[in-house]
Amino acid sequence: MITPLKRVRGLGSAHEGPGHFVRQRLTAAANLVLVPFAIGLIATLAGAELGSVKATLGHPAIAIALLVLVVSTAVHMRIGMQVIIEDYVHTESAKLLLLLVNTFFSAAVAAVAIFAVLKLSFGG
Amino acid sequence: MAEASSEQPARARPLSPHLQIYRPQINMVMSIFHRLTGIALYFGALLLAWWLLAAATSPDYFAFVNGLFATPAGMVVLVGYTWALIHHMLGGLRHFIWDTGANLDIASVNLLSWSTIVLSLLLTAGLWFFIASERGWVMPWQ
Repeated sequence: MITPLKRVRGLGSAHEGPGHFVRQRLTAAANLVLVPFAIGLIATLAGAELGSVKATLGHPAIAIALLVLVVSTAVHMRIGMQVIIEDYVHTESAKLLLLLVNTFFSAAVAAVAIFAVLKLSFGG
Repeated sequence: MAEASSEQPARARPLSPHLQIYRPQINMVMSIFHRLTGIALYFGALLLAWWLLAAATSPDYFAFVNGLFATPAGMVVLVGYTWALIHHMLGGLRHFIWDTGANLDIASVNLLSWSTIVLSLLLTAGLWFFIASERGWVMPWQ
């Protein structure tokens, strides 16, 4: 039996493609590099003067890496929590509400972190 | 159908065995750990955002937040946070291996699962030894 091409081009029986599967692994791969970087960065900055913390976090290369980390992490954690919600919450209304909260939470955490990194970079 | 079910007393239907039936096996335990560390990291992301925001706010507020992290309770949270990060990362690496279809025989599954927990603990300990030596903390045995 041959699968019709249209069904594998992003459309399976669920009428959506493996988008989340792929995106979860894409962001995981990015985090595999970015998270150890962030751990090392924060471990060396722990307890340092605010002046040197600002100078380090505001450095273009570090700020850009942090921004990519924040976005990659937010996407990853949103998908991960969505899977958990879909696994355990079977009441349609509660599920929809939690999925909404999940998206807002992930976006809000990312927004706060992005704002902080930009402020550290551009002064103020 | 509806008639039959209303006349007969409810009978316990056979269910497939669930968590409480199985003897815990390492791959199953590591799967649960992966999900739990994921949940912890989901909320732990707040800590990173908070710390960055504190650095961007004012010296006083940054010192206040750093002071909270430096309390015994704060240190426990930070050690737990780094362990969760490392464990979830190693679990992800394991899933990358399995995604290729490799190492799915029972011996390899068990070895990879045990490696996840053992390596995560060793790496977390190594990281905190590094932080302790960097910051010149005096250890109890010194």
